[in-house]
Amino acid sequence: MALNPMAQFAVKPLVPLHIGHYDVSFTNQSLWMFIVVGAASLFLYLAARSRSLVPTRMQSIAELSYEFVGSMIHSTSGEGGLKFFPFIFTIFMYVLLSNFFGLIPGSFTITSQIVITFSLAAVVILTVILTGFFRHGIGFLKLFVPKAPIYLLILLVPIEVISFFTRPVSLSVRLFANMLAGHTMLKVFAGFVIALGATLVTSKPWLAPLSAGPLFLIIAITALEILVAFLQAYVFAILTCIYLNEALHLHDDH
Amino acid sequence: MELAAAKMIGAGLACIALVGAGIGIGNVFGSYLSGALRNPGAAAGQTTNLYLGFALCEATGLFGLVIALIILFT
Repeated sequence: MALNPMAQFAVKPLVPLHIGHYDVSFTNQSLWMFIVVGAASLFLYLAARSRSLVPTRMQSIAELSYEFVGSMIHSTSGEGGLKFFPFIFTIFMYVLLSNFFGLIPGSFTITSQIVITFSLAAVVILTVILTGFFRHGIGFLKLFVPKAPIYLLILLVPIEVISFFTRPVSLSVRLFANMLAGHTMLKVFAGFVIALGATLVTSKPWLAPLSAGPLFLIIAITALEILVAFLQAYVFAILTCIYLNEALHLHDDH
Repeated sequence: MELAAAKMIGAGLACIALVGAGIGIGNVFGSYLSGALRNPGAAAGQTTNLYLGFALCEATGLFGLVIALIILFT
């Protein structure tokens, strides 16, 4: 049994497949992606199937999540943003469920892989850029020109361009680093519990009850990680809404 | 100095970036609390900005942590 806290992030192929030179094996990461998507779809389908006017408990959870994302989009991007509701809802539920399922002991956290979070962030930025160009044509580039006198613009425009292009990087690294740090911390404390418990078979068995300390810490940190899982999903979704709002209504001040 | 020792020292130094994250997060929540205690009616409307500010602040600290992990593991 490895006490290495980083061993949990290893992507292991479960069903090796090769197409030509490419390794397209079905890995544990693919398995958990299927589980997340399957669980989200199954839950929403089954919960909303009865469509009763006075909702049952499961239906009310589905309605609450719908309402939560809907009000988030409406408050940040107004009516024009509601066209993007399926996109934002999918991103929110996907990130939320992958973060939550990663807390199950023995599972694999897909959002702790930078390739997954970077793909999501790249899709978001591509959507923002394409929306901006389709709606405003070449006038979308006015996004980088705030209202300022000309001598400040020479400094401001490069800063605005650079800050726009660091958005996908910061979106992806924020989610990835939060998940990585949280899970590594959990495994490090678990290592402490095992190391202290293993003193039962050595010459100092009185140290073994001290393993209750790290155990309580693990319980508290898991509670923190549940909060962080929800918060990171919410922040990813709301930043997507804010970027879409900037693309849809360039610099409209109302 | 051997590479492994230099890596450990580098990773430890890179974690000093988390000091900024701690100060920033404390600042965000402290400002929210002092504003909410003066004007409780307006507090509920600002919870969105609170969580957003917290996450953005934490992200910059975690960028430093990612550099530390990169130094340590590659």
